Amino acid sequence: MRTPVSVKLVAGLGPRGWLAVAAVFVAAWVLVPLAHLMLPESHPLHISTYAITLIGKILCYAVVAVAMDLIWGFGGILSLGHGLFFALGGYSFGMYLMRQIGRDGSYGADIPDFMVFLDWKELPWYWSGTDSFLWCLLLAVAVPGAIAWIFGYFAFRSRIKGVYFSIITQAMTYAAMLFFFRNETGFGGNNGFTDFKRILGYSITAPETRVVLFGLSVTLLLGTLILGKALIASKFGRVLTAIRDAENRVMFIGYNPLHYKLFIWTVSAMLCGLAGALYVPQVGIINPSEMSVANSIEIAIWVAVGGRGTLVGPIFGAGIVNLSKTWFTTSFPEYWLFFLGLLFILVTLYLPEGVAGLWAKIKARRAEKAALAAARAEAAAVPAAPRTPAAPDSKIPNGTAAKGA
Amino acid sequence: MKRLLLILSLAIGLGAGAVRADVAPEVLKGLASEDFDAKQGAVAALAEAGDADAARLLKALSDDAVAVAGDKLVIVAGEQVLDAANGKQLKPAPASPDSISLNNSLRQQVDGALAALRLLSIDKAERLAAAKALLADMGDGAALLPLFDKALKQEQDGDIKPILVQLQAQASLASPDAALRLQAVQTLGQSSSPAVKALLLPLIEKQGDTFAEPDEKVRLAAQTAIKAIDGRLVWSDMAGQVFTGISLGSILLLAALGLAITYGVMGVINMAHGELLMVGAYSAYAMQALFRSRFPDFVDYYVVAAVPVAFFVAAAVGMLMERTVIRHLYGRPLETLLATWGLSLVLIQAARLLFGAQNVEVANPAWMSGGVQLAENLSLPWNRLVIVAFSGFVLLVVWLLMNKTRLGMFVRAVTQNRPMAGCVGVPTARIDTLAFGIGSGIAGLGGVALSQIANVGPDMGQGYIVDSFMVVVLGGVGQLAGAVWAALGLGVVTKFLEGWAGAVIAKILVLVFIIIFIQKRPQGLFALKGRFVD
Repeated sequence: MRTPVSVKLVAGLGPRGWLAVAAVFVAAWVLVPLAHLMLPESHPLHISTYAITLIGKILCYAVVAVAMDLIWGFGGILSLGHGLFFALGGYSFGMYLMRQIGRDGSYGADIPDFMVFLDWKELPWYWSGTDSFLWCLLLAVAVPGAIAWIFGYFAFRSRIKGVYFSIITQAMTYAAMLFFFRNETGFGGNNGFTDFKRILGYSITAPETRVVLFGLSVTLLLGTLILGKALIASKFGRVLTAIRDAENRVMFIGYNPLHYKLFIWTVSAMLCGLAGALYVPQVGIINPSEMSVANSIEIAIWVAVGGRGTLVGPIFGAGIVNLSKTWFTTSFPEYWLFFLGLLFILVTLYLPEGVAGLWAKIKARRAEKAALAAARAEAAAVPAAPRTPAAPDSKIPNGTAAKGA
Repeated sequence: MKRLLLILSLAIGLGAGAVRADVAPEVLKGLASEDFDAKQGAVAALAEAGDADAARLLKALSDDAVAVAGDKLVIVAGEQVLDAANGKQLKPAPASPDSISLNNSLRQQVDGALAALRLLSIDKAERLAAAKALLADMGDGAALLPLFDKALKQEQDGDIKPILVQLQAQASLASPDAALRLQAVQTLGQSSSPAVKALLLPLIEKQGDTFAEPDEKVRLAAQTAIKAIDGRLVWSDMAGQVFTGISLGSILLLAALGLAITYGVMGVINMAHGELLMVGAYSAYAMQALFRSRFPDFVDYYVVAAVPVAFFVAAAVGMLMERTVIRHLYGRPLETLLATWGLSLVLIQAARLLFGAQNVEVANPAWMSGGVQLAENLSLPWNRLVIVAFSGFVLLVVWLLMNKTRLGMFVRAVTQNRPMAGCVGVPTARIDTLAFGIGSGIAGLGGVALSQIANVGPDMGQGYIVDSFMVVVLGGVGQLAGAVWAALGLGVVTKFLEGWAGAVIAKILVLVFIIIFIQKRPQGLFALKGRFVD
């Protein structure tokens, strides 16, 4: 029996991996701030505010993509509800940002503007404590986590899987979006939260704040990556991939898939919540359209483009898709949907392993060529020697593709 | 009762018996006076007189053509000046007529009186129209009461009479005579219109410490009457909600039938299914445009032509999708889901480029507009009735196709056990394409139906994929009966919840219900019996 490729790829982080992590960390906290704050705007290495915000936003998306990869790539569960967890994290932290506006809103009231508009006199009960930074940060993790846990418990317990699970998560997200669109829900309805002024007392638009938020995004992404690698390399990860590939057999051996799925599902949702919490102060707005069905499916395409079951791949996937989105929507807005649609179709048809798989394939082919050349040379040297069998099995990744789909 | 009315009208001073050729001088004096109360009394008297002179004078009042010239009241009609009393031309025309002023309430009264006078018209249609207009808005009813009495006495028509009875009763509610009010309340209690209930409600309300209605008997009668009306309203209300629910359900059914087939046969969710609805709706739009430009005489029948066109266009698009994309993803249902989502995006954008991003206008043909009035508050629109019948027809055809044809047998065989079906010679690949085509075609039919009641735009399909999949989930895979029950049940339940909690909460409740439901029955209501393990 073949070892699933995912396990081979992620056998720990290794010294080179840690070196890369350290390098990225230093770059994010030292080089980028320097390039943004110190260099004059005319300097070719200057990083503009636009770039910082855009990359910061994409980093948050990348965290979501990695979280999605954990559940989809390694658990074989396609969630169409990750947009909800992301938005819930954003809303939780957004409450803090709304409270930080204080009396600087258009109505100069103690409560957020939209509540004044609804003629509310005081904050509803679920807003209590939201003036505390830590409480909101906790909410940003706990609310998506709790909802994911409850939902996942019932879904996994009745062994809902495959497309059923996907559609049910989609229905959940859709219902939540409708709920948040209501003004009476108390989260700003259609407009959501916006016009933030401060975070922890610092101006939210100050370059220093942006740089810190950027650094935090990079840190969160690295942390997610390290956590993901550790999880996958552990015994837990082995059982999880086994459940993905043959759930019934794993059950027959005596494991209960419920716990494994539920754990990775909840962790994934909490990571999304954190990403949402970092996303909102950088983008400056959160509204119910973040929970739209289309958004959640787009998360899946980031992972698919990057390569499922590779953890690093989805980061590139999120980057590629979102950068092209930025480019298309400014240059050819009417063709963006064509591009995105074709991306969905072509990637699933011709690139089931994503960019990471393509990279692995190219590397494997090179190795094969090298081995072949070596064999030829050997054969030329010793004519009587038997042929070496063709080296690496180029079909290895299919193990993931066939079952993980 | 009649006697009472007569006495009452006589008591006002100028009874029906007092009709003369000329307008009474007291009335003219009242109109000419500066006091609005006097004017009001005079208008009431005119309304009551109800003869040709009074009608002319009222019309003139409403046109602001009445003036005072010296000691005479005149009607100014262009160059001519007429005597207000009898309409004779005055020669020579008096100098400097001073036109009299009306305030708003007076004007309302004049208009009401004019409408009421039309009740006495010879033309039956005009009488009916006038009666209906008064029913909708009567203004000051008490002043018109004598006129209603008169009209009722003359009226022979069976359609108009009940309306007049109701008008009379409504007008009598303001009467100072408690016995008259009691009678009126009892008459109104036989109605089953929400408007009448609204009229009766103030009678049993308290204003401060005292009741608005001083007489206890009348209050009691009003209470009974409201209860009786409520009882009748409840049933027609319920019937109305059930009907809108069934109508929503029949749309869901059309959307879900196709999905049930494709999901049943291939186990893939076609996320572009909603866009196939959109394709069908745009086909209807295209046929409408074609008929308008080429066959304007038959434009009312474009819907009939749109049905086959939409079926084949959507089926062609579906089969193309199956051949080019879905076929290559067999055994990877989650990736199929993503790829078909991509297809849906492409279709949406294509529709935007072809037809524009705005919604297009698809008109109901004349024979589908209007409705059947079953009760005061229950009217069934024709377009919805046609759609319910249409989805019943489609259901029948699909049932026959699935159960009585060789193709249907193959489709069922592949649904139940694909490898075994292949082993006994069913061409599974071709069946897949055909089944996908049929499912897509049915979605196209759903699109035609939808175009008659909803907006047609590029995004119209997006909202239906979750709903129709919910129907499939509820009903169980590959089960026609399940899909029918699930669609109708979901439709009716949604409409009742909407009435009770509002549209958004209703939607959320339904979704929550389905999520809980599949905890208990992951196979749906009507599960295929069998033992499968992967």
